[in-house]
Amino acid sequence: MSQNPKTLFQKIWDSHVVAEERGAPTVLYIDLHLVHEVTSPQAFSVLKERGLKVRRPGRTVATMDHSIPTKGGYEAADEMGRIQLRLLESNANANGVRLYGLNSVQRGIVHVIGPEQGFTQPGMTIVCGDSHTSTHGAFGSLGFGIGTSEVGHVLATQCLLQRKPKTCEIRVDGTLRPGVTAKDIILAVLAKIGVGGGTGHVFEYTGAAIRALDMEGRMTVCNMSIEGGARAGMVAPDDKTFNFVHGREFAPQGAAWDQAVARWRTLPTDAGATFDQTVTLDASSLEPMVTFGTNPGQGVAITQPLPQPSSLTNANERAGLEKSLAYMKFEAGKPILGQPVDVVFLGSCTNSRLVDLRAAAGLLKGRKVAKSVRMLVVPGSQSVKLAAEAEGLDKIFKEAGAEWREAGCSMCIAMNGDQLSPGQLAVSTSNRNFEGRQGKGGRTVLASPLTAVASAVAGRIADPRPLMT
Amino acid sequence: MSAPKFTSLTARCVVLPVQDVDTDQIIPARFLKVTDKLGLGDKLFCDWRYLDDGSLNPKFILNQPEAQGAEILVAGHNFGCGSSREHAPWALVGFGFQAVISTMFADIFKGNAVKNGLIPVTIEPAAHAELVALRAKNPDLQITIDLQTQTVSWLGQTPVTFPIDPFSRTCLLEGVDELGYLQKFQTQAEAYEAAHV
Repeated sequence: MSQNPKTLFQKIWDSHVVAEERGAPTVLYIDLHLVHEVTSPQAFSVLKERGLKVRRPGRTVATMDHSIPTKGGYEAADEMGRIQLRLLESNANANGVRLYGLNSVQRGIVHVIGPEQGFTQPGMTIVCGDSHTSTHGAFGSLGFGIGTSEVGHVLATQCLLQRKPKTCEIRVDGTLRPGVTAKDIILAVLAKIGVGGGTGHVFEYTGAAIRALDMEGRMTVCNMSIEGGARAGMVAPDDKTFNFVHGREFAPQGAAWDQAVARWRTLPTDAGATFDQTVTLDASSLEPMVTFGTNPGQGVAITQPLPQPSSLTNANERAGLEKSLAYMKFEAGKPILGQPVDVVFLGSCTNSRLVDLRAAAGLLKGRKVAKSVRMLVVPGSQSVKLAAEAEGLDKIFKEAGAEWREAGCSMCIAMNGDQLSPGQLAVSTSNRNFEGRQGKGGRTVLASPLTAVASAVAGRIADPRPLMT
Repeated sequence: MSAPKFTSLTARCVVLPVQDVDTDQIIPARFLKVTDKLGLGDKLFCDWRYLDDGSLNPKFILNQPEAQGAEILVAGHNFGCGSSREHAPWALVGFGFQAVISTMFADIFKGNAVKNGLIPVTIEPAAHAELVALRAKNPDLQITIDLQTQTVSWLGQTPVTFPIDPFSRTCLLEGVDELGYLQKFQTQAEAYEAAHV
């Protein structure tokens, strides 16, 4: 045992301290800054006002994802969207920042392309003006979302002022049963801890069920850490991590690769290191999970009845549950299975990678999307799209009656014209079921890609497991 | 561009008795296409505040006569969860709020708020419940938030202490510009890069 055992988080934090002044937060070095069109314009404006340039353009990567039309071309965006996209182009060009622009074959959702291009590596500090930056923690990095003021700080100084958060181990033991996925793990974690349960903490996911996940599954889990209030979620790097990173364009090459792996192998939490909190979950007992309410912590196993507000003793929580059920037009105590579905969205930084599309297509093959359902499939990046097309996945989706789109955030955040109409119910593989998140008045049920496909086929919220036998 | 300053405030409040208010409710994503910070106050809580025809929803608390001129929002637990959008504090400040009182704030929202001179005041559930009950009886209830003493008080009650990051407090009291502060560490940042990168 190490004399001074440290967690994965503590090791990364300690190795990125630039300075510490009494009474002030730590000045933390940022290895990688990801930038997109929505949260950067006002930050670049601050730099312009002060006559500053991006300090380390080589550590800054920009992409277009939130406002971008998924039918292709600027002309498909509204005027403000076009202005925002053009502004990112001019800001990136003026500062020598690499931009995966509209016509780039590597453009995509910021949290998909970071790992895909090899920018995301173990041990790094990674920030972005986007709360789902927690995704990158799947690689054993410290990734967290920041506000636009902080985007300006990092652009100008490559540093950030941060107070050290507490740590929380989320140990997921056991083995997932067929039809139960990484998405179901994180929805079950959130149902257990609630949307505020991780506030002030960084999660480290441990246990046999996490180790057994592929990198895409780990990204899905870490992605939704913020839905529990934790700014970051991490998984210790292992051979799966290294194999994923190896050979990617921006990964270390040659001798530098061997040195990097040797360094990365020292990152996992030491035996004897302690966390401020521990939460445990048994993966073996999990079923496919769905949300029923208006925050991601309001989830149930798909076979379970909806909870009764009367079962809650805290008046505020009871009022919250009643408000959520009323918005969703769901009745307490009734099953969620069988609720009619209008739209199925397969996409977002949570579940839009090639592995997600393969799993969905595998279940959809030879079946049809119900006539009453509009299904939208939006790959996480143009690279994912091309790879999926090379495998013929697009044909499976299109033959089943789904729409096959260009990469982007799309209906997860509904900024680009892909959105629900008031009252419509969507089963969505995205990360947020807040009121109106997918379009004003829209109702969102979060689920795994498998549950999304089963629901698309049935036209109702459906358990994927009967289709898998 | 000057850094926001705050010392103390005495103002009326409005109560939004909802827990887990996410930033999509504070400012819906369709308004994030702006490239500046202007005009977001009109869109604050847009989908709760306006009816489908664009008229004000008379039932929503911000549209009630007693809410006019209120500069403090008393919100439910876990205010500002969800997205990192700084448009949320921009919208709250744009509307005229200078402080939000809750029993807990989401981390990113809290950090964004102080950078815009919006004070996140965290108090215990019992004090919060007392405040909400008093406000229900007295719509003109005045609340005083004193950043120097880190206290919030109402109706001459014993002031309640609230936690705030000491650095954020200093920045707000003295108008310290955080980016300017960070720029002072460029020599150390270069030394760090030379050693690590």
